Amino acid sequence: MAPPAQTHRSPSPSQPSGKGEVSDLKMQLRQLAGSRAPGTDDAKRELFKKVISCMTIGIDVSSVFSEMVMCSATSDIVLKKMCYLYVGNYAKNNPDLALLTINFLQRDCKDEDPMIRGLALRSLCSLRVTNLVEYLVGPLGSGLKDSNSYVVANCLCALQEIWGLEAAKSEEASTERETLLSKPLIYYLLNSQGFFENNLPTSQGRDKVCLTLYPPQTPPCENTLEQLDTSVDFSLSTTLLRFGPGFKEFSEWAQCAVLELVSKYVPSDSNEIFDMMNLLEDRLQHANGAVVLATIKLFLQLTLSMADIHQQVYERIKAPLLTLVSSGGPEQSYAVLSHLHLLVMRAPYIFSADYKHFYCQYNEPFYVKKLKLEMLTAVANESNTYEIVTELCEYAANVDIPMARESIRAVGKIALQQYDVNAIVDRLLQFLEMEKEHVTAETLVLVKDLLRKYPQWSHDCIAVVGNISSKNVQEPKAKSALIWMLGEYAQDMQDAPYVLESLIENWEEELSAEVRLHLLTAVVKCFFRRPPETQKALGAALAAGINDFHQDVHDRALLYYRLLQYNVSIAERVVNPPKQAVSVFADTQSNEIKDRIFDEFNSLSVVYQKPSYMYTDKEHRGPFAFTEEIGNLSVGAEPTDNVVPAQRIEANDKDLLLSTSDKEESKGSSHNGSAYSAPGYDGSLAALTQTDLVSLDYKPTPNVPSATFAIDDLLGLGLPAAASPPPPPPVLKLNTKAALEPNTFQQKWRQLPISISQETSINPQGVAAMTTPQVLIRHMQGHSIHCIASGGQAPNFKFFFYAQKAEELSTYLVECIVNSSSCKVQLKIKADYQSTSQAFSELFQSALSKFRFSL
Amino acid sequence: MISQLFVLSQRGDSIVFRDYRGDVPKGSAEIFFRKVKFWKEDGGEEAPPVFNVDGVNYFHVKVVGLLFVATSRTNLPPSLVLELLQRIARVIKDYLGVLNEDSLRKNFVLVYELLDEVVDFGYVQTTSTEILKSYIFNEPIMVDAGHLPPLGPAAMFMQGTKRMPGTAITKSVVANEPGGRKREEIFVDIIEKISITFSSSGYILTSEIDGTIQMKSYLTGNPEIRLALNEDLSIGRAGGRSVYDYGGSAGSGAVVLDDCNFHESVHLDSFDVDRTLTLVPPDGEFPVMNYRITQEFKPPFRINTLIEGAGSLKAEVILKIRAEFPSDITANTISVQMPLPTYTSRVSFELEPGAVGQTTDFKESNKRLEWSLKKVLGGSDHTLRAKLTFSQESHGNITKEAGPVSMTFTIPMHNPSRLQVKYLQIAKKSKTYNPYRWVRYVTQANSYVARI
Repeated sequence: MAPPAQTHRSPSPSQPSGKGEVSDLKMQLRQLAGSRAPGTDDAKRELFKKVISCMTIGIDVSSVFSEMVMCSATSDIVLKKMCYLYVGNYAKNNPDLALLTINFLQRDCKDEDPMIRGLALRSLCSLRVTNLVEYLVGPLGSGLKDSNSYVVANCLCALQEIWGLEAAKSEEASTERETLLSKPLIYYLLNSQGFFENNLPTSQGRDKVCLTLYPPQTPPCENTLEQLDTSVDFSLSTTLLRFGPGFKEFSEWAQCAVLELVSKYVPSDSNEIFDMMNLLEDRLQHANGAVVLATIKLFLQLTLSMADIHQQVYERIKAPLLTLVSSGGPEQSYAVLSHLHLLVMRAPYIFSADYKHFYCQYNEPFYVKKLKLEMLTAVANESNTYEIVTELCEYAANVDIPMARESIRAVGKIALQQYDVNAIVDRLLQFLEMEKEHVTAETLVLVKDLLRKYPQWSHDCIAVVGNISSKNVQEPKAKSALIWMLGEYAQDMQDAPYVLESLIENWEEELSAEVRLHLLTAVVKCFFRRPPETQKALGAALAAGINDFHQDVHDRALLYYRLLQYNVSIAERVVNPPKQAVSVFADTQSNEIKDRIFDEFNSLSVVYQKPSYMYTDKEHRGPFAFTEEIGNLSVGAEPTDNVVPAQRIEANDKDLLLSTSDKEESKGSSHNGSAYSAPGYDGSLAALTQTDLVSLDYKPTPNVPSATFAIDDLLGLGLPAAASPPPPPPVLKLNTKAALEPNTFQQKWRQLPISISQETSINPQGVAAMTTPQVLIRHMQGHSIHCIASGGQAPNFKFFFYAQKAEELSTYLVECIVNSSSCKVQLKIKADYQSTSQAFSELFQSALSKFRFSL
Repeated sequence: MISQLFVLSQRGDSIVFRDYRGDVPKGSAEIFFRKVKFWKEDGGEEAPPVFNVDGVNYFHVKVVGLLFVATSRTNLPPSLVLELLQRIARVIKDYLGVLNEDSLRKNFVLVYELLDEVVDFGYVQTTSTEILKSYIFNEPIMVDAGHLPPLGPAAMFMQGTKRMPGTAITKSVVANEPGGRKREEIFVDIIEKISITFSSSGYILTSEIDGTIQMKSYLTGNPEIRLALNEDLSIGRAGGRSVYDYGGSAGSGAVVLDDCNFHESVHLDSFDVDRTLTLVPPDGEFPVMNYRITQEFKPPFRINTLIEGAGSLKAEVILKIRAEFPSDITANTISVQMPLPTYTSRVSFELEPGAVGQTTDFKESNKRLEWSLKKVLGGSDHTLRAKLTFSQESHGNITKEAGPVSMTFTIPMHNPSRLQVKYLQIAKKSKTYNPYRWVRYVTQANSYVARI
């Protein structure tokens, strides 16, 4: 670290020499306070500068407060400004001191210089001391009537601010105060006709109004929230936009504010939409990215219900977005690129011809390259895959290791997306020949995933993987992948048993439990195929595993040991059953989350790639206040209200652009339905594939004792003849008399993340009888699952259910959309405790599957 | 709403710190700086411009080594805040003439004044240098720009070209000249940043020009200005759907922009007819127009690289660059870089005989070869030979272990797009009114890469 820099730096006023200076300053200020000699102001300026610079670097100079206030009697505006800055900084934490300043600020509010009036008013209101609000009413009232627009504009800002501070406790107020402070600023503006013309003749003043309204403040008390709702904002914003003083004369920042407001407006018909879009189209050519993105947000939202126009909007905004990405500083281009990324992910096919724009430049920071790689992965299709993969292979050879890794992953993802993966497999295998450790490691993990999805490639892959020496692979993930392949393809790899054996010999040195777990499973699988060669290794592995200090490893070794002891052929069916290729890998981000992020276009949610409720506390959510569909649902059954949302969901699914429903997903559900009849198994399969290589390895739930008991029991009683799906998690009992307030439900639904989202089917017989939602509600109630709201008409019904765990205060919330014509059911489950949501999901689905019997 | 704005030096101390809302704790500057300095998330080593720590959103842009930071608790549009920070830096530069740590420290009270008017209670108010003038009362204290590293794209004009009034662009827009009168002048700079990727066989894989017409006006009384561009300029690529369509009408003369955007002061009324931009330039520096071109153009430099094993522990690299622009033009501050195999232990260089102003270096830490040339004349070529010694035997293909070669350079008075300012007309106030007009072109490498 550099030595304290002050010692050898120029004696510039922003670098005070030390803390002892504060008391010096105090003395000097006191001497100057009363002085009227010429040159005093200059001396004061120097002293004030020193005080401010101390304040800037974090030295506490609050002790000179009274001296500063005493010195503030001056007509020198630079001095005044410094004094206001100082006061604003220390008032909040020193309310007693703040009281000192009221007098002189109030006096300044009546100064003849409008600049001082405006500044004083601003400072007065920014003291932010609640018990001083009484003193603000007078100055604010006269400020609004001031002849100078600077004062009026500052007053508006201040009013908006004070209103936020005060609205909650303005009950015992005087009449003047009531008119000023109890209503949002918007009311005031709308109620005083001619305010704009008389008090704010300049466009700058009007700018101020727009900017002040942005973003609309979330008021602290609930009933005003409703008042401030919709109509008021929108009438103002549309007035400003269409009949107001010319939208384009606003400053660029005010334009952003108005556009943000207008994006909440729902136009009456499509003509109005087109009018608005025509009026604003040239905003897409604005050099300020903030204006362009605000316009794009508006366009996207306006056209949500018009699929073809929506797509045209995508085409139209492409070029302006690309221009913004390449002009301006790296920071702005990152912000724009994040939005482009979101759009590409939603509608990759629209951008597939522009893939070259997503090629990485060598001097870009990693966070930009990562976004670009994801976009390249998304837009890859039959026509451009070759070029894209060639480009990615260049990056994979890059000296920049994180970049090389990401590129290899991208190649792998493209391979997993496409049916014709022939050429890509070759490329991946070439990576293995590069003999760079990180490249090999990354590639092994991908080859493993590839084999799980396309087992038909095993022959080619195994030939190459077989040549890799396990000594060159150190990373746990890669090592696990290699071991999995050794076990899975033991019959094709000549020396698989011996490689495993040598790995087992080094059991003690293997630090990763994940690798040891895979080693156990692999050696057992290998044993089934090549018993004589593996027997020795198996014995060693089981012995080492049972003595392992890691609980999971120990348990798995013991399970295998007992299974093998009981019956080898049954053990084989448990450990190594014939596998189905995995068609869908569990996605990391649900569609609901993606849609929520899209709703919050042009906000931080896009950059963070998560919806605002995940990173902001409620009071600060601002303009992106949560709008949840449940809000549209009346509590209790009232079908007519709810037709619209249900139909919209249906419509959304038909349109690729409007919802992110994956093409893969539909494939996945049909496959899962046919492969296993056990309800709920598909869910657990998805969960396992994500974390575990071996789909039948059962990971003990946190309550280990009961799990081992279960195994003991099974062994004692003898296994049933058929290999069963993984043992069910501990039985979940629901409270039959669960009760939940609608408000609580709404709140919880808002706060909790989705723990399970899946599609399942419902028995056609049951559906046929479902003329009204009540039938299903009654049925579910019989299984202790209660309905809080429902709606819809055939064929679409929507339900919100809840259930509570018996003996424990743990609640489950379910959104259930039933389509009675296709017999499909979409489930979204949220839970207080994520760990048991899987069990609940199974319970729920089994209740649902029994629907027919209740007829 | 923005909670705080502050500017940090490279070492992380606050130069100015303005709190607007009091809803973010005071230690935010330290929290921010520590996070940026020791960033280790998502595999990257560089902090993204926006991140969240304990519910506080931190936005930052880097300008000449200084960090301009905004904090907020609300979910603001990131592009808005980042654009604002960039504008704040620009406004400060307009006022101080030179933007660097020293000038900022000397003028921190003025900067406070600016911050006070740019944002009020966390709402953005204005970033117009002109409007702000009426609220600012401090006189800027000038710092000597002579020995300071220049900044901004226009700064390249100060390097070695005597024709340019180098100090002019470091003038403050508010301060008067020592002589008392302001010199009436206007600068129009056409700045083009080019990105090219050559394949290993020398074909152009991708190319793009990102151009800006930048203006800085010191004219009094805001006269209207007409700026005429090439008449055959067209926007949006006609016909072919593919943006990268390299066949066909190369070099036919017409300049085709893929897309462009304009500053808000620009009127486009006659743009469609005669490609003329009309504007009343506000005070200070601003981009009149940004444009993007993927039309084929002649790359200013060709790069040839040869890397060959010579025995088990040795290899030779031959780097050759050829300047393909007219011979009356000189490129300066050229630098060629090439990552070498990680097991390279020693490199000996051999420059061409009679080479002047060339330096070579082998950066041990990141195994990178660097070759700098002060000047390259149009039409000339230069070669560098380097003998590498390895600490271990190379296995297999050595070309996979090295490269790609990248290059940076600046070429004044040359722009590959051939976009031109045909004339710059200033509405006359009187017959004697004849301000200085400077129209300058420059080309810079953005990402200039040749694979091997």
